[in-house]
Amino acid sequence: MNNLIAYSFKEWLTDQLYFLGGLVYLTRDCLREGFKKPHNTKLLVEQIYQVGYRSFPLVLVTSGAIGMVMALQFGYGLEKFGGKPYVPRLVASTILREIGPMFTSLMFAARVGAGIASEIGSMVVTQQIDAIRALGSSPIKKIVIPRVLACLIVLPLLAAMANVIGNLGGLVVGSLELNIDAQFYYRRIIETSNIKDYMSGFGKTFFFALFIAIPSCYFGLNVKNGTQEVGVATRKAVVTSSLLILIGDFFLAKIFWVLEKWL
Amino acid sequence: MAVIEVKNFKKCFGDKVVHEDVSFYVKKGECLGLVGGSGTGKSVLLRSLIGLEKPDGGTIHINDREVSNLKESDWIDLRKTVAYAFQGGALFDSMTVYQNLAYPLNEHSHLSQSEISTRITSQLNDFGLAGTESLYPSEISGGMQKRVGLARAMMLEPEVILYDEPTAGLDPYNTKRIQELILKLKAKGVTAILVTHDMPTAFAVCDKFAFLKDKVIKEQGTTEQLKNQPNSLIHQFVEGNIL
Repeated sequence: MNNLIAYSFKEWLTDQLYFLGGLVYLTRDCLREGFKKPHNTKLLVEQIYQVGYRSFPLVLVTSGAIGMVMALQFGYGLEKFGGKPYVPRLVASTILREIGPMFTSLMFAARVGAGIASEIGSMVVTQQIDAIRALGSSPIKKIVIPRVLACLIVLPLLAAMANVIGNLGGLVVGSLELNIDAQFYYRRIIETSNIKDYMSGFGKTFFFALFIAIPSCYFGLNVKNGTQEVGVATRKAVVTSSLLILIGDFFLAKIFWVLEKWL
Repeated sequence: MAVIEVKNFKKCFGDKVVHEDVSFYVKKGECLGLVGGSGTGKSVLLRSLIGLEKPDGGTIHINDREVSNLKESDWIDLRKTVAYAFQGGALFDSMTVYQNLAYPLNEHSHLSQSEISTRITSQLNDFGLAGTESLYPSEISGGMQKRVGLARAMMLEPEVILYDEPTAGLDPYNTKRIQELILKLKAKGVTAILVTHDMPTAFAVCDKFAFLKDKVIKEQGTTEQLKNQPNSLIHQFVEGNIL
């Protein structure tokens, strides 16, 4: 039994080291190839459309719903202490610093991370990645870099939109359900939120974009044994990206607090 | 002069040895038929010649350049002159037939879009694919996909072409068409290696053969030599007496 546990742990550890090594190599290759000319703007625009424009409805619904729920919970919770006027500040601050960027990133990981891993995995299975190589092109340049860049461009924008929509959702519930004057609610958001709140959330999205794009591309490119593994790669991409976002969020939040104090 | 020279080639997947001590060469303008039973590693050998698989031993020379240890970035230039025709076509399914054929030209040539268009039209006619320009791979048959894949491999007019089962699954008319195209390219001095189970095509286009069995090349010889030796392994393979 002990041997079995030791063996499983060893296997797990080896897998994790391979994964970490693979991510480092893939990031290195992206940096190397990314600066080489020619740069393919058309592929980047296509990816921005695929991962960005098409993710917008999902972000809209998620952030709107979260803003509404938060306003409702804070409102009813604070009502007994006479704290309803603090709802706009609380909702805005939580959305801007944490919930907006993080939930957007998690939804993005589920939709886009899964899409990237399965698409690239299918391309590996159908030998399209081999064909790119055989035709004298680099799959890193043609497939990975446009997706990574698209995520880096799109996720911060989606998070910015999520911040606005989330607060709008809070405002709607605040005025309709909690009877807080809409103008008062709006003014409180503007007065009490500051650029530091916004930047600490917004800044994290660039890291989250990398946490989603690089592992998803890695798992897709490492599909080996047919279509069954495409599903496995997709699952691994979503789980890994989500974990990286959640764990990374803690450390990034700490770093941003230190930076805020320092500045 | 040998355009392709393989010496003591070895390839393993984990503990499984696929090839050990495989050696052969192909001279300019020659077509070598690489034959053998299913699972003997013919495609693996072909993929290694273009750097899609890394050899575990031995050397591969293409135009006198040792390529077995080349880095991926160094392969990019070499692959402009050595083409690989995939067994299933390996077409980009997000692109139309036209875009698939235009891909290598857009990547590596300085032709204008009208020149590219003219070249593609002519290529599609040669392969009996006229009218399929705007179709996606999912909208054409498997045989047509294979022909588009072949047409794409030939777009850059390479010096060497590696054919992986180019006629498998094709009807006799299109098989003959592919044979004629291979012969036409051969007449232009294109060097080729043909992996196939379609022995009539192999005998029609190949100058010599190598027979892979039990991880090594068991027999090599010119087409004439092998045709005239009823006891040769290739002869017995064609007759279905050995695997």
